[in-house]
Amino acid sequence: MSDAQMTGQIFKDSAADRSFRPKWFTGRIFVYGLLLLWAFICLFPIYWTLTTSFKMAPDVMKGNLVPWWDFTPKWLGWKSLGLSPDTIGADSTVRDEFLKRFTNSAITAVTSSVLAVALGSLAAYGLSRFNYKFLWMGNSDISFFFLSQLILPPVVLALPMLVLYKELALLDTRIGLILLYTLSVLPIVIWIMRDQFSSIPTELEEAALVDGLSIWGAFFTIILPIALPGMVAAFILSLVLTWNEYFFAALLTSTHANTLPVMVASQTGSQGISWWSMAALSWAAILPLIVIGVVLERYIIKGMAAGAIK
Amino acid sequence: MSGSGDLLHVVSNDNISDQRRALGRGIIWGSALLMALVALAQMLQLQGVHDFGLTSWRPTLYAYILWAICLSWGQVLLHGEHGKRTLFVLPAALFVISLTVFPLLFGLVIAFSDWNLSSPDGRQFNGLSNLRQMWADPFYWNALLNMLWYVLAILVEYTIAFGLALALNAEIRARKFFRVAFLLPLMLSPVAVSWMIGKSMLEARFGPVARLARFFGWETPSFFGTPGVAKATIMLMDAWTFIPFMMIMILAGLQAIPKELNEAAKVDGANGWRAFWEVTFPMMLPVSITAILIRIIFKLKLADIVIAVTSGGPGGATDTVTSFIFREYRDRSNVGYGTLLAMFYLLVIIIFMTILMKLADRFARPRT
Repeated sequence: MSDAQMTGQIFKDSAADRSFRPKWFTGRIFVYGLLLLWAFICLFPIYWTLTTSFKMAPDVMKGNLVPWWDFTPKWLGWKSLGLSPDTIGADSTVRDEFLKRFTNSAITAVTSSVLAVALGSLAAYGLSRFNYKFLWMGNSDISFFFLSQLILPPVVLALPMLVLYKELALLDTRIGLILLYTLSVLPIVIWIMRDQFSSIPTELEEAALVDGLSIWGAFFTIILPIALPGMVAAFILSLVLTWNEYFFAALLTSTHANTLPVMVASQTGSQGISWWSMAALSWAAILPLIVIGVVLERYIIKGMAAGAIK
Repeated sequence: MSGSGDLLHVVSNDNISDQRRALGRGIIWGSALLMALVALAQMLQLQGVHDFGLTSWRPTLYAYILWAICLSWGQVLLHGEHGKRTLFVLPAALFVISLTVFPLLFGLVIAFSDWNLSSPDGRQFNGLSNLRQMWADPFYWNALLNMLWYVLAILVEYTIAFGLALALNAEIRARKFFRVAFLLPLMLSPVAVSWMIGKSMLEARFGPVARLARFFGWETPSFFGTPGVAKATIMLMDAWTFIPFMMIMILAGLQAIPKELNEAAKVDGANGWRAFWEVTFPMMLPVSITAILIRIIFKLKLADIVIAVTSGGPGGATDTVTSFIFREYRDRSNVGYGTLLAMFYLLVIIIFMTILMKLADRFARPRT
């Protein structure tokens, strides 16, 4: 027997092995096909809105899709927002309006997220470390009390809050919104942070306490730095949720504290508004979130996965 | 959850002098008294007994905040080390209680009154007539029924999310790109999405989806014309936003399954399909249930898209409870009736979720 024959015999694929290759191959094609299809479904609306903001009326009606290929991009939509290159230097009331709403959104979202992370982290740390007793409620009851706020639909609080805020002169103020937003994301923060703290061994604090630190000292100097990734995750998630919030903002603000979603919605309602300016407005409203999503994707996923595995 | 085994045990001996204790009690009760006085002054002002120059309840709010601070500080004065531990949870607890429990109690009062914010009469107690009105309101019951349909749609979302999570968990290239792309819909503001998809892409004449529908032979595509189609469209848009959420939770669960399990299943001769049903799926049951429960909670709050795209139409086919109450307030500024509807909804949700959680608990428990 020659060498070639020998290797031929030794490395002979059995029928089962040979069927494996094409099966693996179709599996690959199926997986990638599915992923690409869904990626297309996810990204197309974003792409569509971006391109539409550069279209003119005929382009919209003809359904042109690809810039420079079947239509020439024009700054029409962005000009109406006062954000195109030739209007950026000039005064624009729409831009001022837009920037005002943008600032409102940014201030309410950031402040309420910071507040929620601060309050939520403290509570989650306390609940993961000490035994509390309040009336009949033990630790698990207090945890449940915090987390059960997640079930509370905003509509239940909305109308009583509206009346209360009217009495407290908090209607149409940023503070009023911030308080409610903090409340709405607090359970999520506590959920994430409790998970985070319980993964840190208590020996760390015990050592710190032996070394003479107080409880709060140990918390700030030892535990907080370790729990920082979790806090960032909770913060980003709160930021996204509060930035997008529409219901409370629509009910409780009118002229001063309007946030960006309220502005977008009020434009949507008016008939005959041009597509290009609406597209530009929508895109400007979602742009910060796209940036956050692309840059900080890791933290968002970490935050959302926190509760999944126990 | 409250495993007392790994709690931090600190032995502390505080010597708290009587003086300090008195100070602690003093500031708590003193600030409470101050709050009561301010509230009383405000009430007298409202009754017109005496003019204190108070224009709103704002001073009472400040007094309340002062009291909350004094209460927290008093804990430390009264209980020393123990008080410092209470301080971790107390601020959050006070915050939540003052922003939910108090408005809820207040809401109960409003719910049984006839109160139109635009009418000068103010609040009038009207007993159960709101309840009777609700009982006879076909649109409200329709909205509740719609919620049931919306919640049922979660099963389809779950299937898709599971499929995508499996695909993402496979050995693929450019995983980071796919993860970011899949995550983006969740990040976008629902109101912007309403315009991007609901008002422009689904627009009957020029929208790309309508063009696609015409290409496939649907002559006159209209996505919000008939009740059934409109409801399905809203479901699809909501699914588009929230599938990433379930997908990420399921993906996290998939990655936590030890590789050896699947390898062992393969050695035992289970092919892909059987390995999935007999190994992966049972392992994923707890995560799946958590994901579905959280998704249901979010679904029950669905409103933004409906308000922005269809405002409940056609004929209330897409109405959710929240959007219905929103319009009830917007159109008629009827606070009393709206609050009663919301309270009833809360009751339904609590009962529904309790049953669901009990069932899930039984279902997820490992069978012996």
